[in-house]
Amino acid sequence: MASTETQPATTEPRPDDERATSAAATTAARETPAPGSDLAGLEAGLDALDTHATARPALGEALRHKVLPPVLAVVLVLALWQAAFALDLKPDYQLPGPLMVWDALAEEWYKGTILGVVWQSVSRGALGFGVALVAGTPLGLLVARVRPVRAAIGPILSGLQSLPSVAWVPAAIIWFGLTNATIYAVVLLGAVPSIANGLVAGVDRIDPLHLRAGKVIGARGLRGVRHVLLPAALPGYIAGLKQGWAFSWRSLMAAELIATSPELGVGLGRLLDTGRSYQDMPLVLGAILLILLVGIGIELLVFAPVERRVLRHRGLLR
Amino acid sequence: MTVTTAAGTAARLTHVTKSFGPQQVLDDISVDVAPGEFVTLLGASGCGKSTLLNLVAGLDAPTTGTIEVPGGRPALMFQEHALFPWLTAGKNIELALKMRGMPRADRTDEAERLLRLVRLRGAYTKRVHELSGGMRQRVALARALAQDSRLLLMDEPFAALDAITRDVLHEELTRVWSETNVAVLFVTHNVREAVRLAERVVLLSSRPGRVARQWEVGIPHPRRIEDADVAALSVEITEQLRGEIRRHGQH
Ligand SMILES: Nc1ncnc2c1ncn2[C@@H]1O[C@H](COP(=O)(O)OP(=O)(O)OP(=O)(O)O)[C@@H](O)[C@H]1O
Ligand SMILES: [Mg+2]
Repeated sequence: MASTETQPATTEPRPDDERATSAAATTAARETPAPGSDLAGLEAGLDALDTHATARPALGEALRHKVLPPVLAVVLVLALWQAAFALDLKPDYQLPGPLMVWDALAEEWYKGTILGVVWQSVSRGALGFGVALVAGTPLGLLVARVRPVRAAIGPILSGLQSLPSVAWVPAAIIWFGLTNATIYAVVLLGAVPSIANGLVAGVDRIDPLHLRAGKVIGARGLRGVRHVLLPAALPGYIAGLKQGWAFSWRSLMAAELIATSPELGVGLGRLLDTGRSYQDMPLVLGAILLILLVGIGIELLVFAPVERRVLRHRGLLR
Repeated sequence: MTVTTAAGTAARLTHVTKSFGPQQVLDDISVDVAPGEFVTLLGASGCGKSTLLNLVAGLDAPTTGTIEVPGGRPALMFQEHALFPWLTAGKNIELALKMRGMPRADRTDEAERLLRLVRLRGAYTKRVHELSGGMRQRVALARALAQDSRLLLMDEPFAALDAITRDVLHEELTRVWSETNVAVLFVTHNVREAVRLAERVVLLSSRPGRVARQWEVGIPHPRRIEDADVAALSVEITEQLRGEIRRHGQH
């Protein structure tokens, strides 16, 4: 017992000591210095032991792992294409070589029209997507949070996603004639369901604990939607937006390809149709390539960085 | 049992019962928490502790009986930190300040002050996933304190932590409690933790949950979980708890 009292006050009594000794030992244990620097130091140690710095990989490594593989794949495809062309598997007017397609695009470029054509389609796609965003977000919120609404239109909304939006083109033409309204109607019918469904999926995946925590700190009603529900659903929402863009772009091409009229101007879909009517395969393939490039470009330049940023902030990346 | 007047309580539960369908979870619970008092609710797993805290927090309504919380909406800390992963530690706290109505200009300073209170001075810009388990619970404590509520509800907030970290957080909680004189209703199934922290321990029986017995804990602070006094009272309470559990086996 005496030994217990002469020990430094900070030493913890061992459990077996504790049972054997009586009140005196307890008093000694309780006379530890008031929690202060000692505890702070212990805590700092625990924090340091348990914190892991997350370093981002070096630029060179990122290039090697992320950029090199797709570049190699593209080179491979071009090589196969060129080989098929050189072997004359099909007549040239059916299977032109990569260089012929390049020349067709270069010709359009020198005519000075190509940028206008791309811009026509991109601006339509962007506007249509923007409107779909404004319409799809409240719709998705309603379906996600209001049970009768969900029961009524939830299944229809997910069913609409599997309907190819090109099926709307004839109907839209009958309603709106060969006007811009037709094109936007088709784009919206394609994009709104995927944006709304993405938000519904995002809301469904929210940890209920976060909703309860939000209620506890007083984020209820609209403030709860703004500060807890929407940010918590953001990863699913962004996935929905990405898909919504893909659907906008697809629907737009379908509409431009079918609804052709001088008043509608020349977009990429129209360029494609022009190529078809002149049996100009290099131009057709060039237009397809441009459509593909715009779709991928917007995904890579707009959506991918936003998504990565959101996921990284939440510790969901790697 | 502490006797308090209606005005002088942080929470008053009167004949509270709660059923989920046919299953009665809580039966005739009457508990008062005095302002600034530290009460632990102790009970076996599944006896309805979380249900009771949810009722006091206003996340659910009692089947019968009344719950008064005169000091306004209580703060609640969960077993998991429940911090929002899309915000930094500091912004998590600021959101609670904002919801409480604090003007924007004061929020950053107040969040920094609360982080200092839980000894996380440099953590303002840290993301939740960059913090250790103990640090997350401290940020969660700071966020709960940011509500400036007169009553802090805690639902086994340290159960998922390792023993050393838990021990440290016990000290921190005791210190923060004595510095802020907030009333605490702390739920646990760990008898020693209950005795280590509380001024009063309320033992709940199981199925349905009832108040089986209460103990005033007279052991002066600073206490440690290994103290002989804490151990002695824990043994007594554990015996009672075992008796409660045994009773179920006899039917
Ligand atoms: N929303 C609910 N609907 C139906 N039954 C519920 C609900 N919530 C809790 N219960 C039941 O009430 C009982 C008590 O649950 P509760 O979570 O309150 O226990 P607890 O004491 O917190 O347990 P633990 O120590 O495991 O956290 C359990 O039997 C549980 O199944
Ligand atoms: Mg529980």
